[in-house]
Amino acid sequence: MSPTLLIILVVVVFPLLWSILISFQELKLIQIGRANPFAPLTLDNFRLVLRSGALWSSLWTSAVYTFGSVVVTTVIGMVAALAVRKPFPGRTFVRAAFLLPYVAPVVAVTFVWKIMLNPEFGIVNEFGQRWLGWSEPIPFLTQSRGIWDLFGLQIPVPTALLTVILFEGWRYFPFAFLFLMARLEGLSSEPEEAALVDGATPWQSFRYILLPQLAPVLTVLVLLRTIWTFNDFDDIFLLTGGAAGTQVASVRIYELLTVQRNVGAASAQSLVLALVLILLLGIYVTVLRRRGERV
Amino acid sequence: MSRSYSYDTWNRDRVQRMLFGIARPVVIGVLLLWVILPFYYMVLLSFMPIESLLRDPGRLWITPDEFTLSTYEKVLRSVQDGGQGFGSFLANSGVVSISSVLLALAIAIPGAYAVARLEFFGRRKVNALFVATYLFPAIVLAIPLFVLFTRLGLRGSLVGLVLVYIAQTVPVAVYMLRNYFETVPVSIEESARLDGLGTFGTLWRITLPLSLPSIMATGLFVFMIAWNEFLFALLFLVDRRESWTVSLGLAQLSGSIEVPTTILMAGSVVITLPVIILFFATERLLTGGLTAGAEKG
Repeated sequence: MSPTLLIILVVVVFPLLWSILISFQELKLIQIGRANPFAPLTLDNFRLVLRSGALWSSLWTSAVYTFGSVVVTTVIGMVAALAVRKPFPGRTFVRAAFLLPYVAPVVAVTFVWKIMLNPEFGIVNEFGQRWLGWSEPIPFLTQSRGIWDLFGLQIPVPTALLTVILFEGWRYFPFAFLFLMARLEGLSSEPEEAALVDGATPWQSFRYILLPQLAPVLTVLVLLRTIWTFNDFDDIFLLTGGAAGTQVASVRIYELLTVQRNVGAASAQSLVLALVLILLLGIYVTVLRRRGERV
Repeated sequence: MSRSYSYDTWNRDRVQRMLFGIARPVVIGVLLLWVILPFYYMVLLSFMPIESLLRDPGRLWITPDEFTLSTYEKVLRSVQDGGQGFGSFLANSGVVSISSVLLALAIAIPGAYAVARLEFFGRRKVNALFVATYLFPAIVLAIPLFVLFTRLGLRGSLVGLVLVYIAQTVPVAVYMLRNYFETVPVSIEESARLDGLGTFGTLWRITLPLSLPSIMATGLFVFMIAWNEFLFALLFLVDRRESWTVSLGLAQLSGSIEVPTTILMAGSVVITLPVIILFFATERLLTGGLTAGAEKG
């Protein structure tokens, strides 16, 4: 029995099993000091959670948020990695700077974003009103649905949700950037040189030579980012508190736990969240295997 | 026909090359601006009195006569002295992060070594368990730990928080270290054995010194997680201001309207600086350690 295995058992497997147990028991926050693992079992928590519309809407929000964030972070990470691929003066500095959003404390960066996007004295709204002709400040983090007037077309946009996705793009593109850059550096330049001789355009060279070689890293990246974004709590909680159409599943669990003080229901919902995630990942892996990729 | 075709691709090739040639510096410039701007704004506001911000919010510079350091003084001073107590938040976070690093390494090093070197039952299963750690949201594990720590009286103590951070970081630490241990040639260790060192002697005298860069990278990774972590600090410590970590402190104070924004910006700078300094000092080590698996493709 290795010590590591023991630690994992104690801090991961054991809490997980206990969490499953709690989800089948009636447990309120106030009774927590006397929580009894052998309390009678009940399906009430699941009944409560599954029947409430809030569960499904929060899972849907999580799914949209995850999809948007993963696409944005991966695309920006890819563009950034390709842009700094060839040497130029200041490259070391630029590469290090690109990693800043990822290493800085989440509380500090969400705070700055909140201040910058503030409708009263935020610099973004000041700038927009002064230079971009916005007629009124945009409440980026508190408006669930705005109307975007594009050449007379009234397009409804989920303002706050888009803003948090944009924030995710800012904060997590460095992760994709780091992995793609490492992979790009490890690639042999011969296939690209051969393609150049054969008259491939830069786009063709990227599409048919580079992209297939990056596919395995991209697969892992998308997998990891999906798991982490789907479970993400900090970013949304700190930016919007889950208001304005951004209540993702993990924020709802937190509210069940601390506002409604229902530990059992919070456990039940967190298990549903984990199951949905496992299901999504199962589909993802199956699709990739069908297409002949090694996962 | 074939001539016009080749002319066409040649032309397209040239257009694309020109486009990409222009796009590259533009992309780098725009991304750099986008990444740096929030940090620049954070530092800018931290040196400004709140009145200046409210009077003219659209500025990206500061005049010498409004430059002030009083924001830093106010944010760091203890509550009794009329400050915000970030000094004690820094101390709490320092204690929590450093203990997490030392303990996580003490557990992960032998663990990673065992996974890398010794054949034992269920090695693949251990890998699967590591992955499983990340499948479940932190909040799933948070609930039973919350119950358990309440019963043990560990909630509200920094000890409980350290335990959670160890749990969260040990799996990745084992993964990072294992990748490195596997690159240390077995033949070196075998010659050490022949010279009479035992398993632990070999690990201590031979493998560890060789793996020092990787161990430092792993330690820094744990430090950054522990320093930046928010959810568990919020769940366990929210009622006890004297135990708040930097992240929790900033989040709680920014939720109230009483503390001026510029003072909290000074707080943000103060809690961001240690991580960024550590990161730049060791950037090469850290990025290499994290992506060691990716390079193999």
